[in-house]
Amino acid sequence: MHFEYKVQGGDFARAGLASSQVKKVLKQLNVDAKLIKRVVVAMYEAEVNVVAHAYQGTINVDIDTERIVMAFSDHGPGIPDIPLAMQRGYSTASPVVREMGFGAGMGLPNIQSNADEFKITSVVGKGTNLEIIVYLNVPQE
Amino acid sequence: MESKFFHHALKILRDVCIGCSHCMRVCPTEALRVKDGKAILYEDRCVDCGECFRVCPVNAIIIEQDDFSKIFGYKHRVALVPAVLMGQFPEDLSPSEIYSVLLELGFTDVYEVENSVEVLVDEVNAYVSDGKHERPIISSFCPAIIRLIQVKFPSLVDNIMLLRPPLDVSAHYCKKQLMDKGIAEEEIGIFYITPCAAKIAAIKSPVGEDNSEVTGVINMDLIYNRVLRTLKQKGLETCVLPEKTSLTERSILWSLTNGEAAHVKGRCMAIDEIHNVIEFLEKIESEEITDIDFLELRACDESCAGGVLAAGNRFLTVEKLRSRAANIKAEEETLPDPSWKDIAEYKGFLSSMLAIHPVKPRSMLKLDEDMAKAMKKMERVRRIMCFLPGIDCGTCGAPSCQALAEDIVQGKAAISHCIFIQRNMEQTRKLDPDHAYRIMEKIWGKDRFTKNCNKK
Repeated sequence: MHFEYKVQGGDFARAGLASSQVKKVLKQLNVDAKLIKRVVVAMYEAEVNVVAHAYQGTINVDIDTERIVMAFSDHGPGIPDIPLAMQRGYSTASPVVREMGFGAGMGLPNIQSNADEFKITSVVGKGTNLEIIVYLNVPQE
Repeated sequence: MESKFFHHALKILRDVCIGCSHCMRVCPTEALRVKDGKAILYEDRCVDCGECFRVCPVNAIIIEQDDFSKIFGYKHRVALVPAVLMGQFPEDLSPSEIYSVLLELGFTDVYEVENSVEVLVDEVNAYVSDGKHERPIISSFCPAIIRLIQVKFPSLVDNIMLLRPPLDVSAHYCKKQLMDKGIAEEEIGIFYITPCAAKIAAIKSPVGEDNSEVTGVINMDLIYNRVLRTLKQKGLETCVLPEKTSLTERSILWSLTNGEAAHVKGRCMAIDEIHNVIEFLEKIESEEITDIDFLELRACDESCAGGVLAAGNRFLTVEKLRSRAANIKAEEETLPDPSWKDIAEYKGFLSSMLAIHPVKPRSMLKLDEDMAKAMKKMERVRRIMCFLPGIDCGTCGAPSCQALAEDIVQGKAAISHCIFIQRNMEQTRKLDPDHAYRIMEKIWGKDRFTKNCNKK
């Protein structure tokens, strides 16, 4: 099953719309509540990343009985040093964004810790592609 | 494992229901439909919040209570009274006058529910600060909220505070105190005067405990009527209860919004009214909101003052309770003993029975137990949604287009129930107008199509 969402850079007021839609879908599919939480937390963080850093982005979500694949692709400044961006606490967010409660530098590491598979590629000046996979048939603790 | 059994205090009187769909439109969990001209309840979705009861124009939705005469089956008949009851009456009536009327009505003892708050508050703080529990900790006070979390937010069941609410603690206390006076357990009947349906459901089918100490439930509107009638007809002959209240400032305010949150250490929030709570829990669930220690969530606007069985205006009730609390605070300073010294003696006993079992989810949202089947059904729902108009008119007997689509894939409705689809089918000669008329009659009943100048 395929879902597509558009994300507008800078529109923090609407950040979280896509993840709440996906949450609804997973609940209807009777996916384990703890798994849903992992998916939604990862997806929300990634959605906020697009809003905070990019000009615009698209989220493509594919769900089958085995797994959920969330592909984020944005037009934006890109990430020059991905290993650095993956460090906990590292953030390039502006003071304004931080004041809104975002940009604590936990986004990418938090996404990775909630994902089973995590792939990120970026071209400076063009944009970033992030793919998160969570397997749905793994029993949770 | 999910729990299957649940009792609902809300019942629809089929003979009285006129199928007007008012209830269907306000139900926060989309638990109601109209079929054959009558409202029907999907029991697995109902959380006993009572929103349907508020809007029913013909009183076809009732809150099942125990017959008042049941109290006379017991030698010792305890009225367990919540503080909001006092807020229903005119201010010139004192609590002891009202309690005296309760005795005239047939009760032998009156206990105040929130009496146990002073025992509970330390335990709540210990629970919140011990760091062992999932954050935010969600108060167990409001039974409609517990049920809402079970059906709509199953991932948050572990956040529910596993401590008994004041009602349960007080029921244990008054039973124990009477038994310590030498009274046999079977002679004690404890009757809770309830401001809402959810509390009844909590007593008849408790979540997190095996059974309730409360013997029966009497609706607050019934007590309100009887007390006022007695006072009007006979006046108050004897005010036999000049006794001091067992409540304190904070225990009086406990059942109002911010009653709990104001006394719990850490970052606490209080949210009332069920739609507000749903909106907030959505954000808690996706961790859009974090770092909250304690959440007080209440299904009714203005919390228990806005209970569906409370006769008084909720804002006036809040005002009266606040003024009573302020008076008691002034008095407290002049008293030699705290007003709750009696229950304080039972603190050890009560603390030992505060814990309840973990709460099990009972998700209403899944389309099927089997994920592959659920996925097939969801694909069908999405295809059906392409054809439905998306205006949520309710003419099909379901509260929204989405609800109709889900009912269709569950075999509970047909796409021809949609009036827009009918028009389309008629135009392409796939449905004859007589058949379309019969479909609408099947949903709304034959009477909906006859002239009626007395609509409610």
